Amino acid sequence: MYDVAVIGGGVVGCTVARFLSKYELKICLLERGTDICEGTSKANSGIIHGGYDAAGGSLKAKLNVRGSRMMEELSLKLSFAYKRNGSLVICRSGQDAGMLQTLYERGVTNGVSGLRIIDKDEIRSMEPNINAAVEKALYVPTGAIADPFMMTVAMAENAAVNGVEFMLRSEVIDIERDDTEYVITTGSGEIRARYVINAAGVYADRIHSMVSRTPVSIRAVKGEYCLFDKEAGGLVSHTLFQLPSEKGKGILVTPTVHGNLMAGPTAITVDDKEGVDTTAAGLKEVLDTAAMSVIGMPSGKVITSFAGLRAKEAGGDFIIAFAADSDNFMDIAGIDSPGLSAAPAIGEYVAELLGRRMDLKEKSGFVEEREAIPSIADASDAERQALIESDPAFANVICRCELVTEAEILEAIRRPVGARTVDAVKRRVRAGMGRCQGGFCSPKVVDILARELGVKPTEILKAGEGSEILKGRNKERPCDTE
Amino acid sequence: MNACDIVIIGGGPAGLAAAESAFKAGVTDIMILERDSRLGGILNQCIHNGFGLHTFREELTGPEYASRYERKIRELGIPYSTETMVTDLGTDESGDKLITCMNRQRGMYRIKARALILAMGCRERPRGAVNTPGYRGAGVFSAGTAQLYVNIHGYMPGKTVVIVGSGDIGLIMARRMTLEGAKVRMVVEIMDHSGGLKRNIIQCLNDFGIPLKLSHTVTEIRGKDRVEGVVVASVDERRRPIPGTEEYVECDTVLYSVGLIPENELTRKLGAGIDDKTGGPVVKADLELSIPGVFACGNVLHVHDIVDHVSEESAHAGENAAAYIRDGRVPEGAGGYVDSEEKNVYRPGENEDRLTCIMCPNGCELTAVKDDDGKVKVSGNRCPKGVRYATEELTAPRRIVTTTVKLEGGGIEALPVKTDRTIPKDKISDVIKELTGVSVTVPVSTGDVIIHDIAGTGADIIAGTDITADTDID
Ligand SMILES: Cc1cc2nc3c(=O)[nH]c(=O)nc-3n(C[C@H](O)[C@H](O)[C@H](O)COP(=O)(O)OP(=O)(O)OC[C@H]3O[C@@H](n4cnc5c(N)ncnc54)[C@H](O)[C@@H]3O)c2cc1C
Ligand SMILES: Cc1cc2nc3c(=O)[nH]c(=O)nc-3n(C[C@H](O)[C@H](O)[C@H](O)COP(=O)(O)OP(=O)(O)OC[C@H]3O[C@@H](n4cnc5c(N)ncnc54)[C@H](O)[C@@H]3O)c2cc1C
Repeated sequence: MYDVAVIGGGVVGCTVARFLSKYELKICLLERGTDICEGTSKANSGIIHGGYDAAGGSLKAKLNVRGSRMMEELSLKLSFAYKRNGSLVICRSGQDAGMLQTLYERGVTNGVSGLRIIDKDEIRSMEPNINAAVEKALYVPTGAIADPFMMTVAMAENAAVNGVEFMLRSEVIDIERDDTEYVITTGSGEIRARYVINAAGVYADRIHSMVSRTPVSIRAVKGEYCLFDKEAGGLVSHTLFQLPSEKGKGILVTPTVHGNLMAGPTAITVDDKEGVDTTAAGLKEVLDTAAMSVIGMPSGKVITSFAGLRAKEAGGDFIIAFAADSDNFMDIAGIDSPGLSAAPAIGEYVAELLGRRMDLKEKSGFVEEREAIPSIADASDAERQALIESDPAFANVICRCELVTEAEILEAIRRPVGARTVDAVKRRVRAGMGRCQGGFCSPKVVDILARELGVKPTEILKAGEGSEILKGRNKERPCDTE
Repeated sequence: MNACDIVIIGGGPAGLAAAESAFKAGVTDIMILERDSRLGGILNQCIHNGFGLHTFREELTGPEYASRYERKIRELGIPYSTETMVTDLGTDESGDKLITCMNRQRGMYRIKARALILAMGCRERPRGAVNTPGYRGAGVFSAGTAQLYVNIHGYMPGKTVVIVGSGDIGLIMARRMTLEGAKVRMVVEIMDHSGGLKRNIIQCLNDFGIPLKLSHTVTEIRGKDRVEGVVVASVDERRRPIPGTEEYVECDTVLYSVGLIPENELTRKLGAGIDDKTGGPVVKADLELSIPGVFACGNVLHVHDIVDHVSEESAHAGENAAAYIRDGRVPEGAGGYVDSEEKNVYRPGENEDRLTCIMCPNGCELTAVKDDDGKVKVSGNRCPKGVRYATEELTAPRRIVTTTVKLEGGGIEALPVKTDRTIPKDKISDVIKELTGVSVTVPVSTGDVIIHDIAGTGADIIAGTDITADTDID
């Protein structure tokens, strides 16, 4: 019997679990995937927004600004990459410069500090490759970039260290009320909990409707991206937004915390909540629109493209509240952008809401910090030497593009909520994230996973169920020469 | 800090040929640094035959070609260090080169060298480079990754395959996947001709009835967790898909063979310029970069289709580096750059009756036609072997079969093997059938007979490489 069951292992569920793990609560987190961070949290822009965008007075605005303020300290405590690179919302000649003023004022109302509207010369000095048609920009010095994968993983690991039980491959199929508790049926068994927190992303409406009759309706809005080689990473240093439209914040161009260049997202409502495929039209739109922000977009240096789904709730704002007609069931629904930025504030807010219903006692011995997996790529030569002395596996380079060693991969597998799939390894230590996209290292990663997990290479998954990388041994089937 | 005359980065065919020739030119204080656990570079996984016609005047497999050079290196006693990754390069005030390396035994260490030869090879362009839309499930590989899985690990990355790109690696993999039990549905090529050798079109596709779809591309990959199929469409003269021509092809695997890129991250750390066209460092005709005493050769310089050219170019790099050590500079007029020569690529309707003779290194371009009563007329041959070759190819073609058998007891699970002589083409499937289920236990040496007189062809199946219990592939 758990005090709290969190449904969904995205950045929201993991962060909520981490913030609740401060208290004397028995908590479990149920995730249908083979790893945490397999949903929207793995496919987004990774921007920690300043908070000028959301409507004044909305929950979105409040939690975005608060989350953005909490982020730097958290990134240091939990060791995930974060960089305050500043954002620019750009306005080209012929566009409505009044929009910048509106955004500026909204930002001031929302409590965003340091906002300024700047002109062409200043923009050019900040971004030499800016498109010549850009006349004005809103400068948001608090805008930042972060590693969404490691933020989610760090929250999960820290939560696990503080006692949260992670149950992967546990899709919630049904929830029933049994007197004062909930009985949650998952694909892998039954769980009982006094409180249920619904953080199921695009499926939050489905989970909600298992216990409540009040309307929550979530539509998936797809965003497609192109990611470029690190060689192109220096093209811009700030995050460059287009003027927002009714479709959203538009297609941005940004450096990533790891030094790549990224452009996207599009915004198209789709019916299929599994529809994370990219499209020819979408990728074209990304590249064409990015070229309106920056000159010299290196379309030949794309290393991969991907898509994520925003969970858009009909009302437009985040819904974070107990369901009106089902005791002790809390929704965290409609967490579209800026959900990543807001996540820490969501964690704090959920604890506050829960504290109004029950007596939350802080536990002694809460571990507040998490150390990063040592990274050979980021280490100095002296640090590398020390790491190799501590474990020679730090000299065995597995991923040559990102310089990731066997020791790092082993640690990613052995840590709490450890990696079980090739993509899970990739999210934690970046093996396969580089310019050859796993061409050289994925066979080695498969071998290491098989060895560590004590299974056959043919059982190793790329990501979800059914994503086996290998289809058998050589010559298992006859050779068909015709 | 260790010091030596010449450091060579990369122990593939380029690095090994450079080392040999520098040594023979009188510089013996050499160090080869290789990050893999064995020398040979990418050739270790290219188990098919067709290497070495120019260099050794016979047709070898990749591992056989590599082992000839390894043997020379060992005989000459040239030092090398495997499982050693070069992580940084620089120069000091005196113009010496500083090479930062990393390995298990020594951790991080530096070598100071008077001359440096870059021989780091190349890597493949992935799916992202052509930006195919669709899902990103399992089952999408670059052809070289599939080659590694099948030829070295002994595992099949798929059972029903579509190959994107008809360069030589794509063609070779079409045959390899087929021989190991996969169904290759088609090879899709966006250009109106194949960039691969005509010989590979014949021996890798036509022999197995695999269709080549010229002027086509894959416009979408379907299947969220694992590939379920692809959409294939014709393209117009500007290589844009033509609406209405889409066709859905079921498959569980897509292999990309869409080009190679020289691997020059280290070169950039030296501050050297990169040539936009080749992707390799800017060099003079003598292979020297703008930094005196730094040379580049092989696939790190520009992509070579034929390994023999890599060896030839690299031997010049070795000589020129030796001259630099001896005289402080490369002699005026020294050359070495080996251009990628025009090769006999496949264009439909063009040169259909042309054959490249493979009986000797002359590689004559033959014209051969079979008349109505089955007689073959040959021209273009410089020796009588050409007539024999063309007649046989047109009437009763024969092939060397290269494949793998299961290997037990080693770190490597597949042993490359081949027939020791050609067999009739229509016996290929019998040979493969007889090899199914065969397993061999380590140690094995190159040339060991695995099966005598396979499928009654008179040919023996022999081992294609040396493997002991502790041969490691990492
Ligand atoms: C294109 C795009 C760009 C974005 N850019 C930004 C940005 O720059 N900055 C920013 O702050 N935010 C951004 N966002 C928003 C941000 O990514 C999301 O708000 C955030 O990732 C949502 O996290 P989540 O945990 O709610 O959802 P998810 O990460 O989707 O997690 C939900 C989890 O629930 C699991 N689940 C679902 N159903 C079940 C079930 N029945 N049983 C068990 N588990 C279940 C899923 O498998 C999934 O892992 C962007 C979003 C998109 C799509
Ligand atoms: C997948 C693939 C298949 C191919 N198939 C064929 C074929 O069938 N026929 C053909 O003629 N050619 C083929 N080629 C081309 C082939 O690469 C060349 O013919 C030849 O092998 C190039 O020799 P090289 O020595 O320049 O490069 P490589 O053989 O690639 O050797 C480079 C070596 O440098 C090492 N290295 C790189 N960076 C470092 C570092 N930082 N520190 C230490 N060591 C380093 C690498 O590990 C590697 O061993 C293929 C190439 C690829 C990529």
